[in-house]
Amino acid sequence: MDRIYMDNAATTAVAPEVLQTMLPYFSEMYGNPSSIHSTGRDARRAVDAARKQVAQAIGAQPTEIYFTAGGSESDNWAIKGTAFAKRDKGNHIITTAIEHHAVLHTCQWLEKQGFQVTYLPVDEYGRVRVEDVEKAITDKTILISVMAANNEIGTLEPIAEIGKLAHEKGILFHTDAVQAVGAIPLDVNAMHIDMLSMSGHKFHGPKGIGALYIRKGVRPDVFMHGGAQERAQRAGTENLPGIIGMGKAIELATQNLEANAARMTRLRDKLIDGILAEIPEVRLNGHRTQRLPNNVNVSIRYIEGEALLLRLDLAGIAGSSGSACTSGSLDPSHVLLAIGLPHEIAHGSLRLSLGTDTTEAEVDEVLRVLPGIVKDLRAMSVLNAETSTLGANCPFMK
Amino acid sequence: MYSEKVMDHFSNPRNVGELENPSGTGTVGNAKCGDIMKMDIQVENGVIVDVKFKTFGCGAAIATSSMATEMVKGKRVAEALQLTNKAVAEALDGLPPVKMHCSMLAEQAIHAAVEDYIKKHPEEAAGLELTQAE
Ligand SMILES: Cc1ncc(COP(=O)(O)O)c(C=O)c1O
Ligand SMILES: [Zn+2]
Repeated sequence: MDRIYMDNAATTAVAPEVLQTMLPYFSEMYGNPSSIHSTGRDARRAVDAARKQVAQAIGAQPTEIYFTAGGSESDNWAIKGTAFAKRDKGNHIITTAIEHHAVLHTCQWLEKQGFQVTYLPVDEYGRVRVEDVEKAITDKTILISVMAANNEIGTLEPIAEIGKLAHEKGILFHTDAVQAVGAIPLDVNAMHIDMLSMSGHKFHGPKGIGALYIRKGVRPDVFMHGGAQERAQRAGTENLPGIIGMGKAIELATQNLEANAARMTRLRDKLIDGILAEIPEVRLNGHRTQRLPNNVNVSIRYIEGEALLLRLDLAGIAGSSGSACTSGSLDPSHVLLAIGLPHEIAHGSLRLSLGTDTTEAEVDEVLRVLPGIVKDLRAMSVLNAETSTLGANCPFMK
Repeated sequence: MYSEKVMDHFSNPRNVGELENPSGTGTVGNAKCGDIMKMDIQVENGVIVDVKFKTFGCGAAIATSSMATEMVKGKRVAEALQLTNKAVAEALDGLPPVKMHCSMLAEQAIHAAVEDYIKKHPEEAAGLELTQAE
């Protein structure tokens, strides 16, 4: 069997149709969209078409879409740009403990600049409570930023409710939808979203291209200074092939969203049920149903995530883990700690994220191989029901 | 990111298991940081005749445990106390800098097992002129 790629939350393969659409824009239609001549005007038209594709995918107007270099830049721009633009109104930002580092580290930096940030806790499934958001609001609150779907455990957040609350209180609402675009339906108006971050490479588009949706009338400070590209809000000659590719990819993803989601949800549930049935002392991280169609995240007791990933890789299977040894620090994933997992169980996490191209045969193969690898690693582990300080009847393994 | 030697010791770890009546045993690390190692040694006439390990940890932790057991097996107790994490890492053709923490545990686990042996067998250990490596 070919290699099985189940790390689509990290990045996806560029879809063949997307690549075909991009190719002419490297060396045939390579114009600078700002140029007056026809080579430039052709490029401009292509960028405008892609902007429309992106806008349609989230129910926005094309003039509300700004291309960036990816999800991280979009998050940085939305949050820093709003913080500085609204400084006269207040200095308080509300976000969650489980955001991507592109949001968390941005907020931590803003704290050093004198802003105040509330990092809301989440429940055992990783969900933010709307009441907690409401309680955290002060007359100094200028921005609420809550992700649409978590990248590690796949939990969907109640962003429509939070957006509604934000707008009732006259506060701007940003959502990091990097994992949600193309996976779940999004509508910036119905969901009361003022700013939305996305990234091309998470939905079978190219890497290094993203977009920030900014609602008409909302004005975060300019983040990238220079030329007048992107309505003078984001300087820099456009990443033409990237923009074209992202436009095509988002069109494909949203056209086929329902069918893809239904397929992946079925395979996801087969994988979850199979793992829980085949391997003793495993828990599902995240919510059983309120989760991304492609996300499986489990903690496997008594073994460590990186060792598991290496063994899976040797067996031709690519996954990821929230263990410390994969993060380069001594702490496991902040998301797994935020849902209340003890370190020992957080270290044993495995994330398998399906793609639109994942097959049932691949799911079956993972279910065939994984139990044996777990057994091997457990046989050499010093931890077991007796030695674990969490004891035999660990409540996290229900 | 790992050398071939690390991957070899990770995929085919040597001396995995436990000894029935070890002369000394040492457990180091904790679940908080994600690596725990346990080493059992069997000492006869001042020589480590057998050694086994069990490890909860990453690829580097398993590979360094395996390599450390190989390096002390058949050695005198005094020599085992000279084992350093640097020597273990070098024997594995190096480790990524963030993984040096894991190799520290291998050194500490061997030392802990030897110290346990000394504590349990003071009369035997007295004749061995033991000094510990820095
Ligand atoms: C939720 C979330 N936000 C932001 C990012 C960063 O996106 P990019 O890699 O495009 O900068 C990612 C990607 O890992 C993500 O999953
Ligand atoms: Zn380690």
